[in-house]
Amino acid sequence: MNLDDIIQETKTYYCFECGKCTSICPVARYDPSFSPRALIEDALLGFEDELVFNQKLFSCLTCYTCQQRCPCDVDFPMFIRKARVIAQDNGQHGTYAHAGQLQSLARLMASPHIKQRRLEWLSDKYRISDESDILFWVGCAPYFEPIFEDIEFRALDITEASLRVLNSLGIEPKLLSDEKCCGHDALWTGDVETFRKLAEHNATQIREAGVKKIVFSCPEGYRTLKQDYPNYGFRLDCELQHISEFVAERIEKDGLKFKETRRKVTYQDPCRLGRHLGIYDAPRKVLGSIPGIELVEMEHSREDAICCGTSAFTNCDTYSNMIRAERLAEAKATGAETLITCCPKCQTHFRCAMVDKGEAKRPIPQIEVMDLASLVASAVGD
Amino acid sequence: MDEFEPQIIAFTCNWCTYAAADLAGTSRIHYPANVRIVRVMCSSMVSPMYVLKAFEGGADGVIVAGCNYADCHYIDGPVKCDAMFSRLKRIVHMLGLEDERLRRELISTSEGVIFAQVIREMVEQLKKLGPSPFKTKMEAPV
Repeated sequence: MNLDDIIQETKTYYCFECGKCTSICPVARYDPSFSPRALIEDALLGFEDELVFNQKLFSCLTCYTCQQRCPCDVDFPMFIRKARVIAQDNGQHGTYAHAGQLQSLARLMASPHIKQRRLEWLSDKYRISDESDILFWVGCAPYFEPIFEDIEFRALDITEASLRVLNSLGIEPKLLSDEKCCGHDALWTGDVETFRKLAEHNATQIREAGVKKIVFSCPEGYRTLKQDYPNYGFRLDCELQHISEFVAERIEKDGLKFKETRRKVTYQDPCRLGRHLGIYDAPRKVLGSIPGIELVEMEHSREDAICCGTSAFTNCDTYSNMIRAERLAEAKATGAETLITCCPKCQTHFRCAMVDKGEAKRPIPQIEVMDLASLVASAVGD
Repeated sequence: MDEFEPQIIAFTCNWCTYAAADLAGTSRIHYPANVRIVRVMCSSMVSPMYVLKAFEGGADGVIVAGCNYADCHYIDGPVKCDAMFSRLKRIVHMLGLEDERLRRELISTSEGVIFAQVIREMVEQLKKLGPSPFKTKMEAPV
């Protein structure tokens, strides 16, 4: 694929340089050298090298805020994703966060000969069944566990909470013992080769499992399987749902009741769940139906929600931290005790920012961050 | 038919294990030539990424070796390395690699004999295990 194809596909040629993207972009607000408008201009003027060898190409969060505002309907995040493929072909990959461990893990997992031991954390407390027609997607959580130990983030808490919620609804989900990384990060950093390998493996595993529905606790995995797998020709033949949608459906259909949990919370819309897939109401419905939960919205919410600051563990820098500080300050300003999110990566990034206390002059606001699944699990209780 | 020759990457600390490997050489102690030594200033600077990258590049085994706890040039390097290593071990285990493929050793400057012995032992184990499952595209040029 060359630059011209990308311009045609993402309708970049419609751009009339109004600059709304740059004015709304959370990165551009802090990083003066990053401008979506200027990146598009480079592409339209045919400056391929300036675009591809620009390290800022990997700073875009692909959070889709710009696309919400674009009067010409330019698909900027998709333009970035495709331009990154050219960049990867030229040996450019941005600056990996966590020394590139997570990218390396995805590449290692793409190897066809491995036999993972990814479900060793599973205890008898959770009921799972191989006969079930509902599959629960575990995702990267077991791998996040050792990597993010130092920021006191236990990704498996989310997985375990989700299983507890499903169990309490009388569902014994199936888990795949050889599920691999969904390939989200590989795809969004332009490593399509790794993505294809992973997607092929996962799609085959899912089809062989013969399930009717897959439930996700991670919006990135959800988005990737829902939109990118079919786009790249990997059929799944089943329905996909985020755990918040699944619980919201149960509330509506079966009149599911929760026990009282007193807490004032605010909700962070993860970009993958919100702007990418348009799911804003399901998590709010779930929060609203737990008695005692008071939901206060932040200044920017729903379509306008500010991203957590890093995407695909690439180009995490001072500006990313500034975005996080801004978001955490907004959460704090609502007076809520807890910031609820649906995405394990939002939680990673917020927790990471809070561990780094910031300068004395501009301390990072401290607030408890929790996944929606964990909150629901405490409200279903046993 | 050629026998399988495992490739081992050893990250060795400049002050102890690298010197031990040097001593093994100057003392003419024989050990298999399957190991490639990467000298680092301290075992605590070995990031999990280095090890994952080694496996990605087709290494059959990796050793992270440094000073004993009391010998560290930078006071608490081995302690930090241990913390990193225990996390790394869990990742590597989850990926489905055998535990023998990743080793943590404390080898002091004077222990050339031990260094040679560790390499001999590991080569033997890896020969039994066979090539790493990640060995697909690599075969680096020699």
